[in-house]
Amino acid sequence: MKQQAPTAALDVAAVCHNYGDRKALDDVSLSVERGEFCALLGLNGAGKSTLFSLITRLFSSATGSIEILGYDVRRDPGEALRRIGVVFQSRTVDGDLTVMQNMSYHAALHGISSRAGKTLAMEALERVSLADKAHAKVRELSGGQVRRAEIARALIHRPKLLLLDEPTVGLDVGSRRDITEQVRRLVQNDDLGVLWATHIMEEIDSADKVVILHKGRVLASGTAKTIVEKSNAANLTAAFTQMTGGAGSDNNGDRSQ
Amino acid sequence: MISAPPRSTGVSVASYGSAGYARCLGGIVWREALRFIHQRARFLAALVRPLVWLFIFAAGFRSVLGVSIIPPYETYVLYEVYIAPGLIAMIQLFNGMQSSLSMVYDRETGNMRTLLMSPFPRWFLLASKLIGGVAVSLLQVYAFLAIAWFWEIEPPLIGYLTVLPALVLSGFMLGSLGLLMSSVIKQLENFAGVMNFIIFPMFFASSALYPLWRMKESSLLLYKICLYNPFTYTTELIRFALYGQMNWTAFAVVMGCTIVFFALAVLAYNPSRGVISRRPGAS
Repeated sequence: MKQQAPTAALDVAAVCHNYGDRKALDDVSLSVERGEFCALLGLNGAGKSTLFSLITRLFSSATGSIEILGYDVRRDPGEALRRIGVVFQSRTVDGDLTVMQNMSYHAALHGISSRAGKTLAMEALERVSLADKAHAKVRELSGGQVRRAEIARALIHRPKLLLLDEPTVGLDVGSRRDITEQVRRLVQNDDLGVLWATHIMEEIDSADKVVILHKGRVLASGTAKTIVEKSNAANLTAAFTQMTGGAGSDNNGDRSQ
Repeated sequence: MISAPPRSTGVSVASYGSAGYARCLGGIVWREALRFIHQRARFLAALVRPLVWLFIFAAGFRSVLGVSIIPPYETYVLYEVYIAPGLIAMIQLFNGMQSSLSMVYDRETGNMRTLLMSPFPRWFLLASKLIGGVAVSLLQVYAFLAIAWFWEIEPPLIGYLTVLPALVLSGFMLGSLGLLMSSVIKQLENFAGVMNFIIFPMFFASSALYPLWRMKESSLLLYKICLYNPFTYTTELIRFALYGQMNWTAFAVVMGCTIVFFALAVLAYNPSRGVISRRPGAS
């Protein structure tokens, strides 16, 4: 079912999901265009990881629809999944194996031959400045390098949508800045749509699109600047705190003033 | 820091046709093998466990337990010879359960999610993972058979070949069972319970250690339990195959159980109907 003119990289429409009686997502809608960096802002337990699980089809929602470049993840899961690259919150590379072995495994999961996989892997590693570590064991890498390896792995099959679930958690300030900058460059250079889940305000620029998710519901959507203006707050942290009525972030840095 | 974008962003080198399926399967099996090589302790444990049973347990019972002539054996056999097929099945049982342990572990660390992110159908991904596990169990079984040969476990040479398809099928059955359980185990800690409540009862209440007629003599109830235990048929399928014979009843039961267990596992991992969608911890 090839679509004529793919519109948004990601289009989530009226999605609900329950865990038993508990409502994890309630009528969530959002979209990410190609070449757009979209921050999904929410506290722990807001429903960010559940939304990621639904987009990546770990499980399906009962209501609503999720489309990747026009392909519905429920009706056309294969077509949708081959267009997505994901960096999960927890570490998903195998520490016993080398970076290249991890990359080759991922390439195979996408039906890429081992020779083509190696070329693509090196290309992806170069783009995150990790080519020199290709044959190092993952457990020998620093936390920031592991994250970059995971980003490279997510890019190996040339997806159009990159999902990152709190990718900078547990990293030092330098590594965190490196990774944010690298992903922003991917957005610019590759026309990649990026959905970046976070609760760290300083990773968000004023021109970025922001979706605020709280207790499973979308409270606000728009550029960081307009959200701040609409709520008459001093900055995004204040706007976020005002909306969610709780402690904002565990990080007070804010680039969106 | 980031080089130019790929030359052709619209063209994908990925293949999702039959060649793609083969590469995907190859990649999953290759990774299982790599993990196995890196976990030497696991290989050693898998080998030592049945050897302890063979060298110590069987040696002690040798004089107590006589095994009369029952098919497929054509003469009186030593107790070691009798329990060897059961120990082979035990190797596969442990391997299947350990794969399931790694599934639970994988899911918690996210490796399972990486696997399920592949665009290939989920049943195919799970089957590939099982095939990888079966391949590893074959290595363990043949290593055991090689050592056991020096302990007077000397099946006919052709038996080493005819047992192979039986091992593949039984490995698939026990792996499917492990897979099914991995989808319902909520926490890693619960696996100890699985050991106690699944592995040991399955092994003991079967024909692995004693012939069923002996069970019948001591307890009719136990005999019936053994008759309804699929592990009995796994053991018998392997026992007959090791001597170049076919046990059709065992084959039918093992094949049937494989189909049922695998179908249930695929259902459990189904995105919309499966159990994983009902638990927040799954992500």
